[in-house]
Amino acid sequence: MEHYMKLLVRALNNDKLALGKILTILETPSIESSRILKELISRSGKAHVIGVTGIPGSGKSTLISKIITAYRRRGLKVAVLAIDPTSPLSRGALMADRLRMQEHTIDPNVFIRSVASKGLKGGLSLAALGMIEAFDAAGYDKVIVETVGVGQADVDIMNIAHTIVVVTMPGVGDEIQALKAGVMEIGDIYVLNKSDKPEANQTLEHLSFALETGELGRKRLWKPKIVKTSAILGQGIEELVEVIEDHYEHITNSDEFKRKIKSRRRELLKLYVKYVIDTRVEETIDRLSDVVDKLIVESEDPYREIENLIIQNLKSV
Amino acid sequence: MIRRETKVLVAKLGLNGHDRGAKVVARALKDAGLEVIYTGIRQTPEQVVEAALQEDVDVIGVSILSGAHIHHISRLMKLLDEKKASHIPVVVGGTIPLPDIPKLKSIGVKEVFLPGTPLTTIVEVVKKLADKKRRAEE
Repeated sequence: MEHYMKLLVRALNNDKLALGKILTILETPSIESSRILKELISRSGKAHVIGVTGIPGSGKSTLISKIITAYRRRGLKVAVLAIDPTSPLSRGALMADRLRMQEHTIDPNVFIRSVASKGLKGGLSLAALGMIEAFDAAGYDKVIVETVGVGQADVDIMNIAHTIVVVTMPGVGDEIQALKAGVMEIGDIYVLNKSDKPEANQTLEHLSFALETGELGRKRLWKPKIVKTSAILGQGIEELVEVIEDHYEHITNSDEFKRKIKSRRRELLKLYVKYVIDTRVEETIDRLSDVVDKLIVESEDPYREIENLIIQNLKSV
Repeated sequence: MIRRETKVLVAKLGLNGHDRGAKVVARALKDAGLEVIYTGIRQTPEQVVEAALQEDVDVIGVSILSGAHIHHISRLMKLLDEKKASHIPVVVGGTIPLPDIPKLKSIGVKEVFLPGTPLTTIVEVVKKLADKKRRAEE
């Protein structure tokens, strides 16, 4: 048996070091990662994937820490995938979501992993989707994916979650209008965190109004709910988890739960193939750069000719 | 195979809230293009080791200013060994008395950064240790 397959067996048997290494392999597409994914997918399909998104500073990480506590009381295994932005200047990242959840680190039934949003070329979604399959296959009941609600990749990742929780806070009420395009409009559950703050009720009114007029929330059978919490004071957490569980029941009663898993895997496959083809196209262009440069200047129809040239040479790879 | 960026864990062990140094180092590592996981203050060796495994980091950096470095680092190294993770290099920064440096190195600490160490030196050493660990894994 090959090295990474041995790792995989250990990872699926609650070995955290092995699972940590498997997740690293899944960060970059390769022969190994594709074989691992195949094994994972044959074992996954049971976990409830919960997406948590919202503006920076709204308390997502602290809230997730409290949600973990609530689920652990119910005896469930929880995995968290915390996605943090990469610096556009240095390409480095400082990831501190974990800081708010460290109390759960040594719990054998909790696994927390941070991912920098850059990952590989446009591959954040690909890496994240693979990791979700890994947590699912490793027997985690709840997989919580945390992202800053900015950018297309975030919306894509959120879209594959079974339940989408959008977190906001008091004092940004008027901005709901500005935020609604993007992740703000896809929530199943809206959380007004930091609701111990004085402006909480006003923001709650803004949110309720936006929901009632149908400006927020996916237009499905499920009517989006609003929950007031104060993660730091531990208020409203049980209520929030109950609403999340209501939504879970709602989707498992229909074919929505399975449909989401199907579309998640289709997306994973699509991104994987795209990545492989993209890499091969780039390699081919680099390899034939002299011919390509010449065609750009001399050809009557350079785009068509270069396209044909690349397609022909791709086949020979 | 394209590899992900070098990933480093920065943590503070024990009852010691002075985290300015750890934050400055974390920031410098980020600015040098590394992926940094910052776990914050008052961590136990158990928490640091578990976080390092789950994040699959290349280097563990511990900041200690409380004087309890021998106690905490000994426990950290022992736990890493127990978890079969002693291949992850550990560096320590803080107010470490000179006579304690050989002691820390004898239990497996790769480098000790004293106050006044240039950030560029820390970045360089961390990168080198990470590269060495990765090459050994391949």
